[in-house]
Amino acid sequence: MNPALQGLVTIIIGVGGCIAYFYFSNQFLDKVLLPAKSKNAGRNINRANLIRPWLFLFPAIFALGLYLAYPVVATLWYSLTDRNQGGAFVGFANYQRMMAEPKFWEALRNNMLWLIIVPAASTAFGLLAAQLTDRIKWGAIAKSLIFMPMAISFVGASVIFKLIYDTRPVDQNQIGALNALWLQFDGGIGSFLILRLLPGALMISAAALALFLVYTNMQAIREKGAGAGSALRAVLIAVMAFVIYSTLGLAYGAFTNVHPYGEPQTWLTIPGWNSFLLMVVLIWIQTGFAMVILSAALRGIPEETIEAAIVDGANPFQVFFKIKMPQISGTIVVVWTTITLVVLKVFDIVFAMTNGQWETQVLANYMFDKLFRASDWGVGSASAMVIMLLVSPILVWNVYNARKEMR
Amino acid sequence: MAELKLTDVAKTYGGTVDVLKNINLDIKKGELIVFVGPSGCGKSTLLRMIAGLEKITGGELQIDGQVVNDVPPAQRGIAMVFQSYALYPHMTVRENMSFALKLAKKSKAEIEEAVNRAAKILQLDDYLDRLPKALSGGQRQRVAIGRSIVRDPKVYLFDEPLSNLDAALRVATRIEIAQLKESMPDSTMIYVTHDQVEAMTLATRIVVLANKGIAQVGTPLQLYERPENEFVAQFIGSPAMNLLAGEITGTGAVTTIKLHGGGTVKSAAPTRDSDMGLQVNVGIRPEDMIETTGEDYAFEGKVNITEALGEVTLLYFDKVGDNSAVIGKLPGIHADLRGRSVRMAASPDKVQVFLNGQSLYYR
Repeated sequence: MNPALQGLVTIIIGVGGCIAYFYFSNQFLDKVLLPAKSKNAGRNINRANLIRPWLFLFPAIFALGLYLAYPVVATLWYSLTDRNQGGAFVGFANYQRMMAEPKFWEALRNNMLWLIIVPAASTAFGLLAAQLTDRIKWGAIAKSLIFMPMAISFVGASVIFKLIYDTRPVDQNQIGALNALWLQFDGGIGSFLILRLLPGALMISAAALALFLVYTNMQAIREKGAGAGSALRAVLIAVMAFVIYSTLGLAYGAFTNVHPYGEPQTWLTIPGWNSFLLMVVLIWIQTGFAMVILSAALRGIPEETIEAAIVDGANPFQVFFKIKMPQISGTIVVVWTTITLVVLKVFDIVFAMTNGQWETQVLANYMFDKLFRASDWGVGSASAMVIMLLVSPILVWNVYNARKEMR
Repeated sequence: MAELKLTDVAKTYGGTVDVLKNINLDIKKGELIVFVGPSGCGKSTLLRMIAGLEKITGGELQIDGQVVNDVPPAQRGIAMVFQSYALYPHMTVRENMSFALKLAKKSKAEIEEAVNRAAKILQLDDYLDRLPKALSGGQRQRVAIGRSIVRDPKVYLFDEPLSNLDAALRVATRIEIAQLKESMPDSTMIYVTHDQVEAMTLATRIVVLANKGIAQVGTPLQLYERPENEFVAQFIGSPAMNLLAGEITGTGAVTTIKLHGGGTVKSAAPTRDSDMGLQVNVGIRPEDMIETTGEDYAFEGKVNITEALGEVTLLYFDKVGDNSAVIGKLPGIHADLRGRSVRMAASPDKVQVFLNGQSLYYR
């Protein structure tokens, strides 16, 4: 049969089946099981109405149970058994084997990096885009352009970026945008400005910003005294101290690293950098999502509170950070955690671009590797459980915050 | 604590749409000026122009002798209370009130003192650490006022501050604002409302805005007793002033007008001999109408409907000629007048005469 025809038949059977199920099950309930007739009519109607919600819930519960709840339990069981011994129970042996693999720790470390950088960058860019496009005439066009990557599948986006990162021998034209750009640098004054001074200055200003955060938080601790808030602030100060240390190190590197000018680079094989190049793909996609949600939230802020702040003497930055941001903090958290969930499950991008080579492995791809390539259901399921363990608390928090926002 | 001077102030949107033009107004120190007018007359726009939230597209605004057209809102020495209170929802009452002072980099002791003083005046002491969402409407309104007080501004601006409150709370808060004004006799306040009662009770002077400009400026009683034009005459007072067309038949210190409906009426508005025979509109407030049985009546008509309100009775007369329906307001209960023909008169100093819409008292 023609595939299009097949699709059509599937749709007709699926939708028709659903309608038929709801119609006939309700008919059965009302006409056969508990007819609204004779002397028990009132009691029967009440009972039928107690049962009816379950008629409507049943398909969803059944499908979720079959395709979600059962696989979770089964995966948990698989992670505790060994296929080679005919599915015998081996306790935590699979987990131990997994922990012993450096590739697992690489995946875990990379996942952590993804987890910090992608949601932060997407939310920040999204917020920036939302705020800036709200004020300009062609903002609607800019918004549609920024949102468009959302319509591209992860694999499609990966193919696009693979072309951007593409490498050709030095005597051929570079079709990759990044290498074409790279070959413009020759070690002259322009290269110094862009490749040394700009990143160096950026890193130093980032360090300065972190230092400022440390300072304001120390002030706050001194003002408010000991407490849960102060403990959180202390943690933040520690993180910021680490950020200052690493940004200053990067700044030093920016000024001292030796660059191989004139040689096309195979970007995706440079350990350390290539993970970030993969993250760019997801940031590019998720920024649109963050922007749309945050833009709606920004518009929901009562205009009069902003005007009141202006009358109170707030400059545009203070209006944004002290009036607007706190009022949409709930939405920011929801956007952040939603993107975090996407990131934890990231698989397609890594699979399509590097397949986890050159130190870019992530947990989902590691699981796929073990489960379907190495056919090792034990370790594969064990890594799946690790992913679930990481996702669950964020999911719970996300749902909690989303419900709070709805109220 | 300041004087305001508006000279030929105008507002135009997009260079073509006039909203306000030729606004000239002197506001003296310590006055409470109320802007009233029908909706869409630009009263809120004018207030926002004084606040600096809307650009002044023509003319000049001075605060204390300094032209502030291009001075940002925070440096104009004004504070504004918004219709929706505009409290910062994520800040406690204390933080809401101290926000402006923090931005102005005032010392902690200063902020503390200003906030506590304002909280005491507004009886908010017990609520300082609550978030706005935990407050009632009236309390929120007080916080919004408190946010103004702490800044000790030269001019207070109120943009329909009571319209979000229910009727009982509105009266209570109105009285609170009046007391607040009393306790700060030197502060200048500008208050926008569409509620006549608020305007009449609060104002030192009322500015009636209509047709993109000022219809009249005056004390509440001036506006009530001697409106400058038909618009103000009908806008102030409820039910609105009756307007009856007529012809001047006698001139002098007291003018006699023969009404097209039949009767004659005398007005204390002076006229010249040359005014004889002019077509004018006579304005009489419903409450100034007196029932009469003599021949010296201004208006005679059949009472169509009576509304007995207890303290007064409203009489709705049948239309006579092309005048709009006349309304009378008699003290006491007169439900028995319904369906009867009644003659009404008025004392000369309560009778307004409008020539081409302008009152002859102001000629």
